[in-house]
Amino acid sequence: MWLVNETKPTQVRENKTKEKKLKERREEKRRKRQLRNRNPSLRREREMSVETERSSTESEVSGLDYEETALTLRLPGGTSRVAGSEPDRKRGFSETVELGLGSDAPVGTRGVGSTDDQSDESPESQASVAEKPPAPKARVVGWPPVRSFRKNVMKSCKLVKVAVDGAPYLRKVDLEAYTGYHQLLTALQEMFSCFTIRNYPDEERKLVDPVNGTEYVPTYEDKEGDWMLVGDVPWKMFVESCKRVRLMKSSEAVNLAPRAQHS
Amino acid sequence: MREEISDMSEDDETGERARWAPDLSKNRSDDSDSGPGPPIGDSPPPFSDQVLENVLENVLEFLTSRRDRNAASAVCRSWYRAEAQTRRELFIGNCYAVAPHRAVERFQSIKSVVLKGKPRFADFNLVPFGWGAQFEPWVKSFGAAYQHLERICLKRMSVTDKDLTIIAESFPLFKDLTLICCEGFSTLGLAVIAERCRHLRVLDLIEDYLEDEDDEVVDWISRFPETTTSLESLVFDCVTCPFNFDALERLVARSPSLQRLRVNHHVALEQLRRLMARAPQLTHLGTGTFRSEVGFGEVDPNLDLVSAFGASRSLVCLSGFREIEPEFLPAIYPVCANLTSLNFSFANLTAEELNPVIRQCHNLQTFWVLDSVGDEGLRAVAESCRDLRELRVFPLDPTEDSDSSVSDIGLQFISEGCRKLRSILYFCQRMTNAAVVAMSKNCPDLVVFRLCIMGRHLPDRITGEPMDAGFRAIVMNCKKLTRLSVSGLLTDKAFEYIGCYGKLIRTLSVAFAGDSDGGLRYVLEGCTRLQKLEIRDSPFGDASLISGLPFYYNMRFLWMSSCNLSMRGCKEVARNKPNLVVEVIRDVVEEEEEEIEAVEKLYLYRSLAGARTDVPAFVKIL
Repeated sequence: MWLVNETKPTQVRENKTKEKKLKERREEKRRKRQLRNRNPSLRREREMSVETERSSTESEVSGLDYEETALTLRLPGGTSRVAGSEPDRKRGFSETVELGLGSDAPVGTRGVGSTDDQSDESPESQASVAEKPPAPKARVVGWPPVRSFRKNVMKSCKLVKVAVDGAPYLRKVDLEAYTGYHQLLTALQEMFSCFTIRNYPDEERKLVDPVNGTEYVPTYEDKEGDWMLVGDVPWKMFVESCKRVRLMKSSEAVNLAPRAQHS
Repeated sequence: MREEISDMSEDDETGERARWAPDLSKNRSDDSDSGPGPPIGDSPPPFSDQVLENVLENVLEFLTSRRDRNAASAVCRSWYRAEAQTRRELFIGNCYAVAPHRAVERFQSIKSVVLKGKPRFADFNLVPFGWGAQFEPWVKSFGAAYQHLERICLKRMSVTDKDLTIIAESFPLFKDLTLICCEGFSTLGLAVIAERCRHLRVLDLIEDYLEDEDDEVVDWISRFPETTTSLESLVFDCVTCPFNFDALERLVARSPSLQRLRVNHHVALEQLRRLMARAPQLTHLGTGTFRSEVGFGEVDPNLDLVSAFGASRSLVCLSGFREIEPEFLPAIYPVCANLTSLNFSFANLTAEELNPVIRQCHNLQTFWVLDSVGDEGLRAVAESCRDLRELRVFPLDPTEDSDSSVSDIGLQFISEGCRKLRSILYFCQRMTNAAVVAMSKNCPDLVVFRLCIMGRHLPDRITGEPMDAGFRAIVMNCKKLTRLSVSGLLTDKAFEYIGCYGKLIRTLSVAFAGDSDGGLRYVLEGCTRLQKLEIRDSPFGDASLISGLPFYYNMRFLWMSSCNLSMRGCKEVARNKPNLVVEVIRDVVEEEEEEIEAVEKLYLYRSLAGARTDVPAFVKIL
């Protein structure tokens, strides 16, 4: 999750003995792995189960993130919806305060069957109810037929740059390594070790530089090029739409809020 | 995507395994697998025949087509010998179809080997790890026999570092190593190849899975000779671990013949620019991440990038774009008009971001893209790329119930704009028969039609009918069709049409389709050129399997998984056809001897080698 792009030249292993030892270690590991994999589906199963877990969480949440927030401004969990209304996924600064940065988990515990309701109401699929399967089916191995190589590449595309106003360097984080905003902020705090996280009574979190007391507000640029406050949207949606992160000085963030409201 | 490589799955010649009539009496002496000794066990021919044979050899040197060579070798014993002496490329479509020693005995002057291993469904985790396709017995036989071997191309084989070492040690003239969808080796093996193959021209690693642990990565790039190299192609975008960039830059600088360079995702734009400056002669470039490593608000490297692309007058193929920052796309405008091949299939682009680029790519023939561009993006492609021959649309979210932004509408656009289309792979969630029919009529040159409707059993989204009519139109109207992948809700009727009209089809992939045994019967009886048949999760049972008995010797393989097969049916096939290897693959190894009657996975293939000896515990050969 650090500077993945850092091209520290790996040490050239001139020493032949070292290489020989390396070879032996690899052979040993391979043998062990093959023994471990005598149940042949174990390895794939492991990979798959991770994928399955993630995907099923996504399917639970995606209904929440996209359909829910796409249509109304109210907090997730409401049932009535105005079909065809302007998707208003972005909220202004004041509304962010309500939601709080701590809301990592998807609000509400809608079951997997929730896709039924949404497919009826979502304007996009109104014309094509027939095509959606009645309920999400159990995942099948190797379907759709996309090679693991491609799947892995698409998965790892969530590296975003993190910049801090006034600091000359840049870091990269893998958003998919975190499960929520709290973890992300903690990681940011560690990364730019000068900060501490200050908790405000209304649950808004800011990063503070203890040396000069400057407060930084974590912001991000989304897919449409708008700058948003981190914590604005449910976590999964944030991961999906975030292109880069900028720790903006609080003083500048005030200017951000009115802009965000108009989007 | 080298055109040669993307064609590998089609391997455009039938009958590459010579005559499949094992009782050809004139060659019986060659059929024996007896031990050492002269491979041809008859007395030398009279003098005049010898002269004729020499003349023949000189003529046959010019014969390159595999199919022609196989035909020539069947004429008579003399021609058989001459052909064997003059064959330079050995193609083995199934590594278990023949034993290494036998291939090596017959063909003694081979310079190039193409070898394929696991069945294609291994790519989708349907073949358990450790199934087989080890390269080791082959490389050992080749090492002993082929001093002049220059090229090895492997697909879906298990290759170890030790095998790579044997290559480096055995073939002093070695020039070309191409590994596609292989696994088992690591940067250690790459280092050996780089260091010892002094005449290496091509090192192409395509969608391989390397075994490196993070802390054991070897700096293989530094191992290339310090002098000017003869490298023409270096492709390593599948190598996930970091590498020594400075060493690569120096390598590129001392490789004046380098034409193809595809780097992995540890290369940012700033570094790409440096590489391009060193190699303005490149024709194929894999661009790494295509994102900047500096922060926003810093000096914009865009200017330099534009001049870098401007200076690369020879670029015809671009790929990479693994973490693309679309604001840098304008840098490639100078080369768009020259591009014949563009791979955006890892770039999450919208239609708006794609538009300005694709509008300039008038000469594009191959285009791979993600469905994030949507039907609108495909419309732009259809309007701009009139010469398009191959299109692949991959899913951004490769799960069954994802929302795909492409549909029948996009397919319709493409069919109307790209009339010369020959090959299409299209992932989507919504499709109509009408769009497929339109494509069949607008694109009569189609050779490869692969449609993947990701939701299982989905019908026509407008009419609610099965997709039978669409595929019927494809097999009827596309008279050159040799490869077909079907999906969506399909009844036996679809297979009846395929069997009736798909006379040239060599490769057929079926998933979640059909109603009964009849479906498979139609295909087996109707598709006379069928070579490779892979089926999953379809209700075909023993009766249909047995109905194919007369045809299995004419095919390379049959794969059936999650169908309705039982041991009884599979055993009958095995009993009936001695030159077929019938493998039953289980996912769980049973400890006891008791046999489960239902067959989960069946893989059968013709073979001169008999049952293989490297069978893992979860495979049973009947």
